[in-house]
Amino acid sequence: MTRILLTGNAAAAWGARLAAVDYVPAFPITPQTEIIETLAEWIDGGVMDSRLVTLESEHSMLTAAGAAAVTGVRVFTATSSQGLLYGMEMLYNLAGWRAPLVLVNVSRGLSAPITLEPDHNDVLAARDSGFLQIHCATCQEVLDNVLLAYRLAEDSRVRLPVIVNLDGFYLSFTREPVEIPDPVAVADFLPPFADLGQHFRGGQPSSQAVAVLGGGPYSYFRYQVHLAAEQAAAVYADLGRQFERHFGRLYQAVEAYRCDDAELVLVMIGSFATKAKVAVDRLREAGQKVGLVRPLLLRPFPVAELRRLLGQRKGVAVIDQNLSPGRGGILHAELAEALYGLAKGGPLLASFVGGLGGRDIAEEEFLQIVEVLSQAVQRGSAPPPRLLFTADELQQVRRLQDIAHGSREGDDAS
Amino acid sequence: MAFDYEQYLRPGKLPHIWCPGCGHGIVMKGLLRAIDTCGLEKNNTAIVSGIGCASRLPGYVDFNTLHTAHGRAAAFATGIKMAKPEMDVLVVGGDGDGVAIGGNHFIHACRRNIDMTYVLLNNYIYGMTGGQFSPCTPTWAKASTTPYGNPDPIFDVPKLAIGAGATFVARTTAFHATQIDKLIAAGLRHKGMAVIEVLDDCPTAYGRRNKFRSVVDMMKRLKEIAVPVKAAAHMTPEQLEGKVLTGILHQEERPEYCEQYQQVIARAQGA
Ligand SMILES: Cc1ncc(C[n+]2csc(CCOP(=O)(O)OP(=O)(O)O)c2C)c(N)n1
Ligand code: SF4
Ligand SMILES: [Mg+2]
Repeated sequence: MTRILLTGNAAAAWGARLAAVDYVPAFPITPQTEIIETLAEWIDGGVMDSRLVTLESEHSMLTAAGAAAVTGVRVFTATSSQGLLYGMEMLYNLAGWRAPLVLVNVSRGLSAPITLEPDHNDVLAARDSGFLQIHCATCQEVLDNVLLAYRLAEDSRVRLPVIVNLDGFYLSFTREPVEIPDPVAVADFLPPFADLGQHFRGGQPSSQAVAVLGGGPYSYFRYQVHLAAEQAAAVYADLGRQFERHFGRLYQAVEAYRCDDAELVLVMIGSFATKAKVAVDRLREAGQKVGLVRPLLLRPFPVAELRRLLGQRKGVAVIDQNLSPGRGGILHAELAEALYGLAKGGPLLASFVGGLGGRDIAEEEFLQIVEVLSQAVQRGSAPPPRLLFTADELQQVRRLQDIAHGSREGDDAS
Repeated sequence: MAFDYEQYLRPGKLPHIWCPGCGHGIVMKGLLRAIDTCGLEKNNTAIVSGIGCASRLPGYVDFNTLHTAHGRAAAFATGIKMAKPEMDVLVVGGDGDGVAIGGNHFIHACRRNIDMTYVLLNNYIYGMTGGQFSPCTPTWAKASTTPYGNPDPIFDVPKLAIGAGATFVARTTAFHATQIDKLIAAGLRHKGMAVIEVLDDCPTAYGRRNKFRSVVDMMKRLKEIAVPVKAAAHMTPEQLEGKVLTGILHQEERPEYCEQYQQVIARAQGA
């Protein structure tokens, strides 16, 4: 067991290496590229016994990944943002094929406007595909959850592809101390790939990816995906405990931070939640009963856990790093639904959208969110949804608009 | 008198993002001279690109420009041309953008023979993402995803374009700067799909990995491998080994797509 400084991307690559994956179809995109470059170096250098092929797009990459997985080998791939969306057609297919592979997504905001920096609209666009989703907040979690994801994907009760998500830049390019598990222990935790009858053999011809006529068979198979995804909650809980026995680190569907007596709770996913923890510590020092709840599993959505952890609180503020235009924060909507129908009506829910396109969320903003929430609880009514956006930022946008407007005027004169 | 590039550049957009020694700037200047030679109207000209270092070009030039999604430039350009057939439509983009992720749009634009000019800046690599191999990276050259050499065979872009149906196909290099504008201008004057491949250099993501000591080395190579089509006619296959043909490689007349489409409209109206 060694502890070294790794970026989130390198941690993901280490996960794939330790999982002894057989095949890595690849395609570069910022901020993910370091993952496939690291694996290419290891594979070409003979450190890792696997095959890596760079395809001509993410669509072909995911197609090759899914096809390889259903022929009976362990497959890893990675993408980000526009790449995930370009491969979206295949995400649904791969889930329908029950292809048990792991896809690391390095979150980055979607065009337009074009950006390289992170938010969660990319991975949330895959929410309904049938891929399971694990959201990481630290580099260690990335490595560990790639291993957990293989167990989850390959489990006979689940048999679904899994996305392991990390935030671009904030995690992908940030070095943190990471414990690299001992390969022997990993081999014990994660046995070699079992195809469970999903394979291509001439002697046992089978047909993958069949077409069905009529809604009956379609409903049946699609619902099977749903039932398997629901099963995955209990399986992840079990695997988390097994992982702890092997490596001493416990993973659960939802992390609750300083929540025991908390009256006000922040809810968010991903690496920005580590900033929220710092704010929670500050507020605790000042005597406020504040905590943080961070779902790692987003699919399946840990409804029972969230009801248990949040049902009795006075106020809950959801901070969404995504935006569903015409609706608002996606996590907020999901949580409102999950908490619906609680005996005493449940907590007061407030919605904040922040961190879009890599915009930072400052500690003061977390403090302010808690202040707004606390006032709303005293008032007894939820505040209107808010975008985290400062007057300075607006001024900056206005300046850019002025420049653009100026060059348009230049046009007219020429 | 020196050519006034500034009349075609957007105020306040320089410095550009390209690395010192990158060939993309040479191509941009050639493109502006060609546009000037052909007298294209700023307001009637659309320049479209996908994503990549090459695709940043439209951001600097003062025309109607569209910086789109990786690989989709030809499809966007087709949309513009169908909606506004009177516009002059140009596409600029890299080898990755044009013939890897965007290969499908590229060949279908060629097949339709739609009237646009596609300038493909082939620097043999995905420059923007840091040097992964593209379908134009020479076999056994090094890329960040193939540190021990790339086993893939390449696309010959002009052959691909000709095979797909483009009616004007030319090639030159970033070394042959004065030929760039001449070929682009000929492409602009041609009615139908014109493809001009410019062999280009990327010192940062390709040169360093492939033992080019300097940009000068890379330029020397471009100079050495280029053989004008006319000269090639008198050379033996042995002499042509490792060379690339430059100049106008193919030109033919074939009905242009927007005009064909006009006929569909006429037929539907019972003419
Ligand atoms: C769908 C999608 N996949 C991947 C990327 C990442 N990406 C950006 S530029 C690029 C390659 C650019 O190479 P090329 O077109 O040759 O242009 P160059 O940078 O070499 O000029 C890639 C793969 C993206 N933007 N979108
Ligand atoms: S990375 Fe290569 S293609 Fe991109 S600007 Fe630098 S030299 Fe040019
Ligand atoms: Mg290129």
